[in-house]
Amino acid sequence: ISLLPLQYDLSASTFSPDGRVFQVEYAIKAVENSSTAVGIRCKDGVVFGVEKLVLSKLYEEGSNKRIFNIDRHVGMAVAGLLADARSLSEVSREEASNFRSNYGHDIPLKHLADRVAMYVHAYTLYSAVRPFGCSFILGSYDEDDGPQLYMVDPSGISYGYWGCAIGKARQAAKTEIEKLQMKEMTCRELVKEVAKIIYIVHDEVKDKAFELELSWVGEVTKGRHELVPKDIKEEAEKYAKVSNRSSGNSDEEKKIEWQSLVTATLVGLFSHRIRI
Amino acid sequence: MRLANTSVAVSDERAHTAQSLSGDAYATFIHDLYVEFLIMDSHHSYSQVKGVSTGTTILAVKFNGGVIIGSDSRASMGESYVSSKTINKLIQVHDRIFCCIAGSLADAQAVTKMAKFQLSFHSIQMESPPLVKAAASIMRELCYNNKEELQAGFITAGWDRKKGPQIYVVSLGGMLLSQPYTIGGSGSTYIYGYVDAKFKPDMSLEEATQFSTNALALAMGRDNVSGGVVHLVVITEAEVKHVVVPGNKLPKFHDE
Repeated sequence: ISLLPLQYDLSASTFSPDGRVFQVEYAIKAVENSSTAVGIRCKDGVVFGVEKLVLSKLYEEGSNKRIFNIDRHVGMAVAGLLADARSLSEVSREEASNFRSNYGHDIPLKHLADRVAMYVHAYTLYSAVRPFGCSFILGSYDEDDGPQLYMVDPSGISYGYWGCAIGKARQAAKTEIEKLQMKEMTCRELVKEVAKIIYIVHDEVKDKAFELELSWVGEVTKGRHELVPKDIKEEAEKYAKVSNRSSGNSDEEKKIEWQSLVTATLVGLFSHRIRI
Repeated sequence: MRLANTSVAVSDERAHTAQSLSGDAYATFIHDLYVEFLIMDSHHSYSQVKGVSTGTTILAVKFNGGVIIGSDSRASMGESYVSSKTINKLIQVHDRIFCCIAGSLADAQAVTKMAKFQLSFHSIQMESPPLVKAAASIMRELCYNNKEELQAGFITAGWDRKKGPQIYVVSLGGMLLSQPYTIGGSGSTYIYGYVDAKFKPDMSLEEATQFSTNALALAMGRDNVSGGVVHLVVITEAEVKHVVVPGNKLPKFHDE
């Protein structure tokens, strides 16, 4: 691996000697800087969860959405440069709308994912434009084909998944997702698990406050992609907070534990020197 | 006198007046004449039913497990010349989807050719057989977007994995409607009573075949621009079967 890109990284139309397109890799890096988004497919639907970092107390709650509706039956959760993601959501909407107009029925998710991935890929071919700096997860539910989940990254590849995560804590999220038996779960159970995963992977030290955005599409919503209703979301967050606290795995708690252990040892060692 | 590329018959008197006009007056004269011409032409074609839906009887019927789509086999030019006695009006647009055509044969062939191409491309992209609704929607888009130039209506019927047997009517202007059974063409006017009375949902294959053959025979018996043989195509999940009932084997009714 060459550590210095040496002029091969200036445009997307250039390969490096070891066969990499650096601009695309840098675009993928941009996604890794953003907060985590998770999508999981279960027996009867798909659930999305996004960790939306609150950068200012002045932000209106619920604004700056990171989950979009593409067609009635398709949802999209994004990570990376938000402006790029918004533009791609418009592209996806147009694709889905044109399909419906021409063929009279809902666009199958695989086809939509392929079309949008082709569009994203086109921006990795020329030096005149830069690649899109966002990954996104598409999910849908259909009576006949069941739930579907696809992820598209800045290189223009789309894969089908049972569960996937994008953003800064995606490795930790993937580990948590792998623990789940999603093929046997229902959407209602999965909503709580997704909330829990977001709470687990959230870094309380580096990123302070965050807002959880949850949405689902499945038999429970009759095939329409919607934000999870307020009461179910609150129940899920409560479950997530409780599980997190009881497992005691968070970094901050570990830090506090370690600090208190050190203090106690020091006090113990020097206690004979304390004068009151 | 000539009006753009059309010849219009006007009285000598009027033509003579036109020659003496100039500028605005002439423009107004031409405009009035054109409006009159449009109204006259639409009346002209309404009085001749054949002008809009020409020489055909077509039908489609849903039965238990499939659809039967059927037509006569006569192509006519004007009201008195049979240009073909054995034409097939049932066009296959995909493995399990057929279209039957009414109206201008040239327009219908052009549309179905385009639809067949688009549908095949769509099906390969989807990596699965197309939905009947998709086929009908493609036809509808073609008919609606080109409604000024085209004069053709279709019945699209077939079988798909998602909704089973379906029938869609795509009319002249681009309307799309789903129906359990439908008839079309000039000969259809004579059999509305018959099909409305005799149709039953979920018929067996034999009942549906008898129903279609009877309906087509009755229409062909009364409509001068429908005739020849009866073409039937039976579409089910398993297969597509083409049945031809020659003229002398058609059911006979009391009029003969």
